[in-house]
Amino acid sequence: MTWKHGVLSAFVLVAVWQLLVIITGVPSFILPPPLKVAKAMWFYHALIAENAWVTTQEVLLGMVIGSALGILTALHLATSKSARAILRPILVFSQAVPVFALAPILVLWFGYGIWSKIVMAVLIIYFPVTSAFFDGLMKTPAGYLDLAKTMSASGTRTLWHIRFKSALPSLGSGLRLAAVYAPIGAVIGEWVGASKGLGYLMLLANGRVKTDLMFAALIVLAILTVCLHLVVDILARKLAKDH
Amino acid sequence: MTASLGIKLEGRAAIDSITLFALISLDIHPNQWTCLLGPSGVGKSTVLRLIADLKTYVDFDGTITTSDGQPLTDRVAYMAQSDLLFPWLSVAENVNIGARLRGEKTDEKRVLDMISRVGLSDHDTKKPAALSGGQRQRVALARTLMEDRPIILLDEPFSALDAKTRAEMQELTFALLKERTVLLVTHDPAEAARLAHNGYIMQPQGLIPMEMPETPPVRPFDDPLTLACQTALFRVLRKGGA
Repeated sequence: MTWKHGVLSAFVLVAVWQLLVIITGVPSFILPPPLKVAKAMWFYHALIAENAWVTTQEVLLGMVIGSALGILTALHLATSKSARAILRPILVFSQAVPVFALAPILVLWFGYGIWSKIVMAVLIIYFPVTSAFFDGLMKTPAGYLDLAKTMSASGTRTLWHIRFKSALPSLGSGLRLAAVYAPIGAVIGEWVGASKGLGYLMLLANGRVKTDLMFAALIVLAILTVCLHLVVDILARKLAKDH
Repeated sequence: MTASLGIKLEGRAAIDSITLFALISLDIHPNQWTCLLGPSGVGKSTVLRLIADLKTYVDFDGTITTSDGQPLTDRVAYMAQSDLLFPWLSVAENVNIGARLRGEKTDEKRVLDMISRVGLSDHDTKKPAALSGGQRQRVALARTLMEDRPIILLDEPFSALDAKTRAEMQELTFALLKERTVLLVTHDPAEAARLAHNGYIMQPQGLIPMEMPETPPVRPFDDPLTLACQTALFRVLRKGGA
């Protein structure tokens, strides 16, 4: 997808939105027209920016911590049979618990600040990153490992020079998923209990029937997510380069 | 390198009590090329993997001994049908991968020397994707030479190449590995007739030692002795398969 396609898609979306408003005649506190949302975005830009910055920090820190934990867990699982035997069932079982249901508990434990949202983002991306990278580590072509063995390679060096590097495209896939999930985690955390952030702003606007502001915050959140996805996509392509 | 080193493998192999190959006695002569020829699935690669101490899925009942009585550990280099080049490394880094995997210091001069010996001097910074199949197999050969091991195990390394490149690679590989003890696994009688000092045909019932031409390898492909040997090998292969 080029940027031209992106602009075209956005244009089509706005046109359909405007048409929907005209055809249905729905009141603007239910579905505000695009122009009204644009005006709200301009009028409240300082407020939106302040809250967007908080959400961005939560998402980025969540991405970094969640990815690091996922990578370390995958490496541990790939190198230790006993870890696979003990940890893997726990990991799978943990996915049976809806992470969203944990949001109130996390707010209780980590407070109204950004840390409960970061932990939420970490929890939501940890499994996809771990799972994708672990799969990659376990799928090292057998010929590479044979070669390493005949070269009298040590286990650690085989892990770093061969298994880790040949699993980088899989890690990239996991990170792509994480880039989409992390903002969801942060915003859900903000809905449950926060005093800042785009999710909080949306709730606030909703309570005051400022639907235009709610849509403005939603659009900014979507733009943030798309930007994050684009950056991570570039990184993932770099990781998969030459594979 | 490397004193002369021969290997003797004696034994049989089975998978879940079903015989893969019956009792065989394979002599791999020092500083010569021994060719193990046979149809697919007969266990040729398994023999090679047993010698290389690589994972197999067979129960092997037998022994592998060396002419100097020392273990084979760290004395074997391996070249497979697939070049096994790491796509994220350059040619020079691929050639040097053994040292890297052992945590040894890089001898850059030697790496470049090996690359030049296989005729790829201008390609040392390229990635494998930028090379042809034949060039990639040359890099694999340089990597094998870099290991400087007395025993070289070749598992059909030329079978994926086109006829012209295959002939060139056979000649280059033989020239560069002339002084080593080589076991070449192949299913191509023409290759065995050109390259082997000693030849065996492997069948489920065991090994059939073959008489190879007295002329030294690499033999011209159109030499009457080579062609006669190739025909004889092919006859035995056909008979074994019938």
